[in-house]
Parts: sequence; C-alpha cells; structure tokens
Amino acid sequence: MRTVIFRTIAPYLAALMVLFSIFVLLRGHNEPGGGFIGGLIAASALAIYGIACGVASVRRAIVFHPMGISGFGLFIGALAGVLSFFKGQAFMTSQWLIFDFSGVEVALSTPLVFDIGVYLVVVGAIGSIALALEEREAD
Amino acid sequence: MAGSSVSVDYADAMIMTPIPAGDWLIVAPSLITMVGGALCLMLRKNTDLQPKVGMVLLGALVVASLALLIRVLDHGVITMVMGNWLPPFGIAVTADALGATLTFIGSVVAFCAGLFGMKTVDSSGRRYGFYPFLLLLMTGVCGSFLTADIFNLYVWFEVLLISSYGLLILGNDRIQLDGAVKYGVLNLVGTNLFLIATGLIYGIFGTLNMADIAVKVDAMENPASGTLATVAALYFLAFAMKAAAFPVNFWLPASYHTPNIVVSAVFAGLLTKVGVYALIRIFVLILPASLGYMADVIGLVAIVTLMTGALGALAQTEIRRLLGYLVIAGIGSMLAGLAVAANDEKATLAISGAIFYAVHSIIVMTALYMSAGIISMMGGSFNLRQLGGLYQKSGAFAGVFLILAFAVSGLPPFSGFWPKVMLVDAAFGDDRFWLGAAILVSGFLTTLAMGRVWIYAFWRGGPEGTPDGQSVEVTGSSQAQLSGGAVWLPLGILTALVVYFGLQPEWMIELSTQGASGVVDPLGYIRSVLGEQG
Amino acid sequence: METGVAILIGLFFSVAVYLMLSKHLVRILLGIAILGNSVNMLIFTNGRLTREIPPLIPPHLYTPETLTANPLPQALVLTAIVISFSFFAFLLVLAFRAYQELETDEVNKMRVAEPENDQTPPQGY
Repeated sequence: MRTVIFRTIAPYLAALMVLFSIFVLLRGHNEPGGGFIGGLIAASALAIYGIACGVASVRRAIVFHPMGISGFGLFIGALAGVLSFFKGQAFMTSQWLIFDFSGVEVALSTPLVFDIGVYLVVVGAIGSIALALEEREAD
Repeated sequence: MAGSSVSVDYADAMIMTPIPAGDWLIVAPSLITMVGGALCLMLRKNTDLQPKVGMVLLGALVVASLALLIRVLDHGVITMVMGNWLPPFGIAVTADALGATLTFIGSVVAFCAGLFGMKTVDSSGRRYGFYPFLLLLMTGVCGSFLTADIFNLYVWFEVLLISSYGLLILGNDRIQLDGAVKYGVLNLVGTNLFLIATGLIYGIFGTLNMADIAVKVDAMENPASGTLATVAALYFLAFAMKAAAFPVNFWLPASYHTPNIVVSAVFAGLLTKVGVYALIRIFVLILPASLGYMADVIGLVAIVTLMTGALGALAQTEIRRLLGYLVIAGIGSMLAGLAVAANDEKATLAISGAIFYAVHSIIVMTALYMSAGIISMMGGSFNLRQLGGLYQKSGAFAGVFLILAFAVSGLPPFSGFWPKVMLVDAAFGDDRFWLGAAILVSGFLTTLAMGRVWIYAFWRGGPEGTPDGQSVEVTGSSQAQLSGGAVWLPLGILTALVVYFGLQPEWMIELSTQGASGVVDPLGYIRSVLGEQG
Repeated sequence: METGVAILIGLFFSVAVYLMLSKHLVRILLGIAILGNSVNMLIFTNGRLTREIPPLIPPHLYTPETLTANPLPQALVLTAIVISFSFFAFLLVLAFRAYQELETDEVNKMRVAEPENDQTPPQGY
C-alpha cells in the first residue's frame, strides 16, 4: 500500500476530507449531512492517513487520544441538553442564539453543539477502532 | 427553521408550561453518569484522579436516584418529554415506583462496586477505562429503567451492552477474549431480536411510546391476534436471552467468571435484571393479553431455568462459575412470578414478589461475587479443591459469607426469604402450584451448593489432602488489597442491606407492591405520559 | 411493493441465520452484519414505503406540501445502523484479537473459559 504516489497524496487527501467533513457537519441542521456522517468522513481521513504514513504519525497529528476526543464529544453533547434547565424547559429543548455578524444572520444553537459532540464521538470511536486495526496489521 | 418569518402556534406540538425543576431528577441518573463517564474518559491517563472523580459521581448518582425515588413516592408517576415535544411524539422518560426502585438499588450497587474497584482494579485496568465504562454502564442501566419508549429502551440496552464489552475485556487476557466473544455475539443477536419485535410493533401501531401502545392494545378487538403473538414471542425470546433464561442461558456461565471480579459482581447484579425488568414492563404493562397465552411457556421456562441454575451450581468447582449458575436460578424465580401474573387476582402479589426478588438478587449476587474475590485474595484460588481454612483467617468474613449463602438460598431471616414467600404464596394461590414447588426445590439445591462452598472454603482446615482435625496456614494471592476499607466497606454495606431487608421487609414489600400495582393497573402510568385525556 | 421487500427481508434473514449457524467466527460475524441489515429493512418497510418524496419541508412552508415518506422509520433505521455498525466494528476487532490469542476461529475449539476436562467438585469430607 505504501507506494510513493499514495504517500505523497495521502496528507492532502486527508486534509481535504477533514475540511469536507466539517462542511458536512455544519450544513447538517437543515440539509442532508450532520455529525455522524461528518464524523465518519473525518475518521476515514484518519484511516487513510494511517495506511499511508503509519499509525504513529496519525496519533501525533491528532494530539489527543481518540478515546479522549470521543469523551469530550459525549461531554459537550450531554451538556448541550442541560441549558434548557435554566429556562424551565425539558431536557434537550433546543435553545437558539441568533445575531447579525456584519450583515449575515448567524444562528447558533444547542442542536449545533450536540451535533459537534456527535461528530467528535464518531471521530474518536471509529478512529480508535480503525487505528487499532491498522496497528495490528503492521505486526 | 429558526430564522423563518412564518408565525406559528408552538402549543400545537410543544409543551409550553414550565417544567418543575424537580422533574429533572428523572433524567439526572442517566445525565450524571453520561457526563461523568465522558469526564472519566478524558481523564483516562490520570489513574490517580480518575477513581476519585468516578466515586464522587457514583455518589451523586446514589443521591439523585434516592431523591427521584422519594419524589416518585410523593407525587406518583412523573414524566418528562425530551425537547418539550408533546407526547407521544416526543421521547418520554417516565419514573414510576418500579423503575425508580430498581434505579436506586442499582446505583447503590454501582457505588459499592466502584468502591471495591479502587483496590482490585490495577492501574492498567484503570487506563483501559474501568470507571468510564462503569459510569456509562450505569447510564444504560438507569436509562433502561426509566424510559417510556420502546425504541429508546433498545438504545439504552445497546449503551449498557457496549460498556459491558469494555468492562469484560478490561485486562485483555486470553480467557477474557474467549468469554467476550461468546457474550458479545449472543447478546448482539438478542438485541437484534428485540429490534425486530420493536419494528413489528411500530408497523402495527405506528407508535413506540409504551403508554400509547398500551392504550392501543387495550382498544384492540382481538389483542391475542397472530401478529401480536409473534411480537410477544420475539420479545420473550429476546429478553430471556438478556436475562439468561434456559435455553438461551449458555453465554452467562461462559463469560461471567472471566473478567476482573468486581466487573463480574456488577454484571451479575445488574445486567440480567435489566432483562427481567424489560419482561415485566413489556408483558404486564403493554401486552397483558399476550401474557395470558404465554404464561404456560414462561412457567415452563422458569422451572427449567430454576433447575438448570441450581443443578449447574452443584456441579461446579470454580466459585465464580458456581455463582454464575445461581444468577440463572434467581432469574427462574422472577420468571415464575411473571408466569403467575397471568392470573389477574394474583398478578400484583406475583409481580411484587418478582420485583422484590430482583432487588434482593441485585444486592446479594453482587455481594457474593465480591466475597468470591475476597476468598481468592485470602485463599489464593477460586477452586473449591484448593481452598480451605478461611474460617481461621477471618471469622467475621466467614459469618458474612454464611449470611449471604442463607440469603441466596432463600432462608430466613435474610432478604431472600420474603420475595420467595410472596412468589410461592402467589403460585400456590393460583393453579400453578408446580411453580412454587420448583422455587422451593431450587432453593433447597442452592442451599446444598452454597453450604458446600462454606464447608470447603471456610470450615475445613486447609486445601484438599489436609488431614482431619489439623489446620494449614493458607496464603492468599494479594494480602495488600485486603487492608483498608475499600474492599470491606462495600461488602459491609451490601450485607447490611441483605440483613435489613430480611429483618425489616415492610418497606421493600410496600415499595414493590406499589411498583407492581403501577404496571398491573397502568392507568397512572398512562395518564402521566399522555396527560389526563389518556 | 411491501410484499416484494418483505420477501427480500425473509431472504436476508435466512442467509443471516445460515451464516450464524456456522462454526467459524468470521462467518458468524458476517451473519450478524446481514442480520442487522435485514432488521433495518424490516423497520423501514414497517413504516410503509412511499416512493421518491423525501420528507423535507420547503423553507417558506410550515408543513409538507404533499404526503411524504414517513421520516420516523428513517430516523430509527439511522440509529440502528449506527449502533449495529459500531458493534460490528468492535466485534471484528474482538474476533481478530481472539483469533490471535486463541489461534483458532472455530468456536467449538475456544475452550479457554470453559476447559473440557473440568474438575468435579469435591464430594467427601
């Protein structure tokens, strides 16, 4: 698998895939896309990078351990539902913050935070499984 | 869409009145453990801090579930619908006496297990994630006890399943991988069967809300019709698999003795009881008509399960595997209660017996597995042939083990006695007296099995081959773990509960009767979920 | 249309059961993967099939214009796919580790946890 072509292309391909995954994540609220599918794309980016350049360099590139990433995702995903407590509404009721940013309407919301949480959980979980499988292959 | 200019009356689809802050207690058990599990997952590498954070959160879980139980006893059944949507469209989370009681007992057991794990789980086990997985397991367990949506129940089952996988292979030993393969495959097949039945129920009724389904089943002209019979049979098979009832029990003795002893303790206490809880919920609350014609099958399964468990326990040399069979025998007793519940007059008594038995079994099985761990720490083995002389090492521990042995066999004056009285009483009052007889025979065989453990491990002088009347100094595997309270305190708490429920059973009998009447006569449950018009 | 899909689901189930009856762990896992897919199709079909009308509400409206496909089974199936996918991934790793450690993928030969020549418990005193 480690041909020169693949090794040269893989970093750019992985970077492009991570970028695309964030795009898919953000368009997910009203259009097809979302945290899960975005996370899968990002995880496959990690897998491709791992196949080309070795698992160690992937682990270096993402800084945190994949399980830590998915823990953080779970953490913010769960806390996103708690904000409604302060408004006397049920768990997971969506809260919106809509404001103008230099003429563009920006809508921030708890579903977005939740979606980012899902994204991180998927990246972490699937990424750690993929990396574990790739590591074994090398033995 | 948030930025839309269309004016909308949200009251058509959403709850507009403020939710009392106390209702947040319903989601608190799952929420605390989920957030806590995530925190501990991030702290995985910090093996000193992680147990402390884990214990604080498990303590918070106990407090929250106690508060929830008190609130349910004060206010009756309480419901919170996720995202403020109106039921049955929003996912409802409902706490009734049954769910709240089991949540509370489950949290206490998880707290004790976390405490026990502080000494018995080494730093590599912590790095593999003992505390995060324990917390996430409790997310699944509490979520299952409190959800009012069948599909949601499936999701919580999967949450607890995936964390149980994590716990099962904590040390990555050969034996653990072997056990985890069988546990993993069979449980996954079980949840798939559950999902099939749920899909069919959605196809029939177009809803997944348990209260809504109960109303619609009640309104059916012929609730014993063919399609619902398929659904009922599938649910029974799926949950029997989860609960390890015969003939789908083989995964349990194959896997429960392989992980770290504290993991076995949690599994034996909680996992199978979630299956029993789901059976009670589905068959008594949602499909009471199906229970009528399933009762004989359930009764038969109960008897064979009782016998398999007791006879299997008699045939084991390894204490942990012996205890695994006793878990199965306990499941048989609870299924017997479910079978008797087909008789309307005896339903409340039988189900409350089953609930009390579930509570007793959660506590006593966890305590027994913990004692098995202590036996190995003191005597250096789990094998009855190599154990002996433990009475001389610690008389108090021998006493505690004897109490637990009495309790699990259903002998007075400990917690196993009263639920068995209720179950046998209900069975004899019904024409299913053979179920009562089976419970008693199984209790007798359990007494033999546990008595043998006590005689060989504690009473005789030393390992096999020690001459009569002489005693040999036994050496344990790890004396260091026995010092300090981390091992003894949880066992003490659980044993105290066993003794308390044995001597003062009124509180638990009342609680389980309330839980049972809440599912036998589900009007309060349905009203709480669907509102007064339900 | 439902009838055709129902027959297909039946076919999937039979393939899954056949594979799961095998002695080899890899086939069992493939069977589980197919079982998961057949269950997903079953849920999807149970929501009744509607062709080519996605359940999307146009931006200027508050309710859909026409009768659309049922979105709930899609959400359920998505959840179930996510779960069965991650379980399958986990079980694959587990099976691979088990194969490495136990040096067999035949389930009848995996007897580490339950050894064949097990001792009987002591009988006399």
